[in-house]
This record gives sequence, structure tokens and C-alpha cells, in this order.
Amino acid sequence: MSASNSLPELNMPAPVGGPRSLRLGDTGADRLFRWTVTAAGLFVLVSLAAAALSMLWGGREAFQTFGWGFFTSTEWDPVQRQFGALVPIVGTLVSAAIAMIIAVPVSFGIALYLTEVAPAWLRTPVGAAVELLAGIPSIIYGMWGLFVLAPFLAEHVYPWVDANMGQWPVVGALFSGPPLGLGMLTAGLVLGIMVIPFISSVMREVFLTVPTPLKESSYALGSTTLEVAWDVVLPYTRSAVIGGIFLGLGRALGETMAVTFVLGNAHQLSMSLLMPGNSIAAGIANEFSEADSPIYLSSLIALGFVLFIVTFVVLAIAKLMLMQLQRKEGR
Amino acid sequence: MSAVANSLYRRRKLKNAVALVLSTAATIFGLFWLAWILWTTVSYGINNLNLALFTQMTPPPGDTGGMLNAFFGSFVMCLLAITMGTPIGIAAGTYLAEYANFQKIGTVIRFVNDILLSAPSIVLGLFVYTVVVAQMGHFSALAGAIALAFIVLPVVVRTTDEMLRLVPAQMREAALSLGVPQWKVTMQVLYRAAMSGILTGVLLALARISGETAPLLFTALNNQYWTTDLLQPMANVPVVIFQYALSPYESWQSLGWAGAFIMTLFVLLLSVIARFVLLRNKLGTN
Repeated sequence: MSASNSLPELNMPAPVGGPRSLRLGDTGADRLFRWTVTAAGLFVLVSLAAAALSMLWGGREAFQTFGWGFFTSTEWDPVQRQFGALVPIVGTLVSAAIAMIIAVPVSFGIALYLTEVAPAWLRTPVGAAVELLAGIPSIIYGMWGLFVLAPFLAEHVYPWVDANMGQWPVVGALFSGPPLGLGMLTAGLVLGIMVIPFISSVMREVFLTVPTPLKESSYALGSTTLEVAWDVVLPYTRSAVIGGIFLGLGRALGETMAVTFVLGNAHQLSMSLLMPGNSIAAGIANEFSEADSPIYLSSLIALGFVLFIVTFVVLAIAKLMLMQLQRKEGR
Repeated sequence: MSAVANSLYRRRKLKNAVALVLSTAATIFGLFWLAWILWTTVSYGINNLNLALFTQMTPPPGDTGGMLNAFFGSFVMCLLAITMGTPIGIAAGTYLAEYANFQKIGTVIRFVNDILLSAPSIVLGLFVYTVVVAQMGHFSALAGAIALAFIVLPVVVRTTDEMLRLVPAQMREAALSLGVPQWKVTMQVLYRAAMSGILTGVLLALARISGETAPLLFTALNNQYWTTDLLQPMANVPVVIFQYALSPYESWQSLGWAGAFIMTLFVLLLSVIARFVLLRNKLGTN
């Protein structure tokens, strides 16, 4: 297929005379080139491992001091130097879960619109516009969330949520609370908006890989667009769609700046989604410059290590799921 | 029979119509946020834009000023990050496409690279903090640039790998059959064919690091003054915006918005240009 093998004749003894030195020079250069690019390739491999190990090393003091209690304690007290990561871990998971609840259906809708519903001339510009959403720096989402979205929600939406949804059985506690504007729900909403372009562009791409004859035969049997999408396109692309969702989840778990602005940075567990909370990434970003003791700093780096492991697992699942569709296509 | 069939048919049609309307609504939902966020950035930004932004240094609390030192710092760090990340990225991409394409090691590196590509940037910042900042004992622009280079790297690796694999095998075979050694084939034939694709990757990487904040918090930190010393903390646009937006001073907040507007404009312009380069390339080869 491609030239993955170097030329064998270059390694054979060259004929005596002029060309010899030239050829030997070339094999030397070839070998040097090969070594250089191989080293660069291995560098990629090493840098990920080094990132993991360096954070494990940086967080060793926290892990040694607090042991498993680091993961189960809600106490985060810089003065007494007691650190437990449960609050930020829960915050990260909850805000990412809210984000996925918002982003997954919307992304599916957008992907469906861009592949089946929209007139052909509209597909490219609308698709590009949605992807523009991914290009906006995350700190801009944060500023917008803090100065525009949070006051708007606090004034117009959350009082209503508290008064109505707060009365619902079972889930009511999630939605009752003071309308502060900053909190889990706002953070989840901003995260959801941020990951929509990632998930929808993966879904759109994989929807386009479905063989046209497959869809056409379903249409020919009288299927509606929804039935084709739900019963033909989705089963064919299922693993890749899940991969795309996990890709978005990985983004949502590790997103820092936007969440830092709108989460409210409070070290407390609360049932209410309207209350401020904390997440791993936001906690690190907020408190890094305040870390005045080695154990404080070590705890923050240990948090980073936890985040790394969680996102690594999520992204690895995403990648494996996406690879399944590629294998199906024989790529 | 026809009554049942009719109602079934009508129900399916209705379900379909509802789904299509919902999918259109989802798209409008997505575009609505885009419009709102861009509108906020533009309206706040233009109101606070003035010439001092580009000519003066970052002010002390409550004072007015500009962001000249921050723009300079961002420029220096991005440039350094690109110069560090691009060659390694192109080399690694070459390895993947030309040497390890169908080998196990190639699959593993691609896998790892894709994870690096989506890994939270804050994690890369902490990594560089423990490896560079903690060892040097102080924050520095160099550490910031290294952290950004780790974000550039996977983007360039991926685009180089993909673009080189798109180059027709006949091109390699033709060059090799003329007796050209493989390194020369790669440098003078393949890179030339894949040039605009690789350039797109570099531009996209630049767009990504221009707005990247989190890793710089732990590496370059911030500096209120003008500095050209790479071993000292250096001001940069994202961290200044972060600090100013969260400050209680109105003059700082306005400055933050003006900076945010310029940064967003730059990032979006870059990604549009990158797409344009890629599009022209596609039109050229077809």
C-alpha cells in the first residue's frame, strides 16, 4: 500500500566507484531521518505517560497523607490542612451529567437536521456555524455565563424553577433553592452548549458514512425520515455515536475556565442544583495560586491526577467505540 | 383494513413531522447560543475598545490602561509553542503515516495522540508545572510556551498523519523508482503535496492555543509589567482577561471585555482562514 518499507537495495553493497559514496551517504541520511521521526513518534507516547506519572508524583504527598480518605472526605480546609476530594469529584460528575442530558438530544437533532432534513444549500453554512461554537475560547463562555447568562437565569428562570419544579415529588429537592444564578445547573448548561459542536460533528460525520443504498432501500419500502434515522442510520452507527458522546463527556469533565466562572466555588455538597458547588478543574484553577502549603499544592495536583485518569478512561472508551465503525467499513 | 392502515399511516407521518420539527428546533437552539455569545462579546467589546488597549501596559487595580504587554506575551508564547510543537508534530505524523502505518506501534501512538488531543488542557498545565516550574523554582514564559506546545503537538501530528496518507501511493512509487532516497521523497515530494493540509493543522493549533487559559495559570502566570525575559513570569491575554473579569473593579472588567473581543476575533478569523486553506486544497486536488 504505502511506502512503509524502505528500499532494500540501498542496504546492499553498492558497486565500486562514484555512486558508492553517494549511496552510502543516502543510507546514512535515510537512517538518520528514520530515527528522527521514530523518536518524535515515541515522544508522543512518552509525553502522555510522563503527564500521568508527573501528576502522580506531585500528588504523592496528598495520597500518602490522606489515603483512600482523599476520595471520600468532603472536608476541604486549607487552614487545618485537611483535604478531601469528594465535593469536587461529585461536582465534576454532576455538572458533566447535566451537560450530557442537554447536549446529547440536541446534538442528535442537529446531526439529523444536517444530514437528512435541511436543504442541501443550507447544510454547509449551518454546519460551519455550529462548528464555530467549538472555536470560541472557553474563557469567553465563562465571561458570558457570569455576566450575561447567570443574571438572566437568576432573574427570569430560576425563581420559576424553584416555585414550580421545586414542588415535584422525588426530584423536587434538586430544583429548589435560592435563585443565585451561579451553580451546578448554570455550569451544566454552559458545558452542554460547549460540547454540542463536538458531539454533533462526530454524529454528522458518522451518519454520512451510512451507505446510501441502505437508506434508499428503507425509503423505498415506505419508511419515513425518522424511521430511516432511527432504525437504519442509528443501528449502523451505534458504536460511533456512543464514541462521539463519550468524546463530548471527556470534554465536559475536563473543561476548566467556563466552569470556574459560573460554578460559584463553594466547598459543600448540596442536593440542590441551584446551589454553588465545585469541580475538580475549577477548584484547581481557583485555588492554585493560593496554595500556601506543600500539602495543599499536592492535594490540588492529586485532584489533577484523578481528573486525568477519569478523562483518560472516558476518552479511551470513546476512541475504541469510534474505531469499531471504522473496522466495519474495512478501514 | 383501510381504516386501521390509515390511522397507522397518519400516526407515523405525524411522528415523523414532530421529529423533523424537533431536529430543526435543536439546530436553532444551537445557533441561538452562538448568536447570543458572539453578540455579547461584540457589544461589550466594541464599547470598551480604544487605542490605549494596544499602546499601554496593564494598569494597577482600579486604573485605566491597555494590554500591550499581554498581547506581546501571548504573541511570544504562541510563537514559541508553534516553533517547538510543529517540527516534532510533523516528524511524529510522518512516522505514523510513512513508517508505522500498519504496525501495532502506529495504532498505539495514534490512540495515545487522540487522547492527548482531547485531554483537558488543565492537566497538561499541571504536568508542565511539576516538570518545569517546580524544578526551576519559579513561573516563566518558557514554561507557558512548553505547556502550549503540548497542545499544538497532537493537532499537528494528527493532520500531518492524515494528510500524508491522502497523498497517492503512486507519487511515492514514482519518486522511489527514480532512485530518490526515502527521506528526500518525504521532504521534497510528500511534504509538498500535503503542505496546505499541514498548514491548516498548524493554523488550527494556533487558534486553539491563542485562547487557552487554564495551562497558563500554572506556568506563565501573569506579570503587570513589560518583560522580554523568557525565564520570568509573562503577561498574556487569556490570564489577564481571567483576572480582570473576576475583579471587582469596573475599569478592569471593561479592559477584560475589550481583550476578550480582540482574542475571539483573532481565534475565529484564524479558524476560518484554516478552513479556507483546506477548502482551496481540496478544490485544487479534485
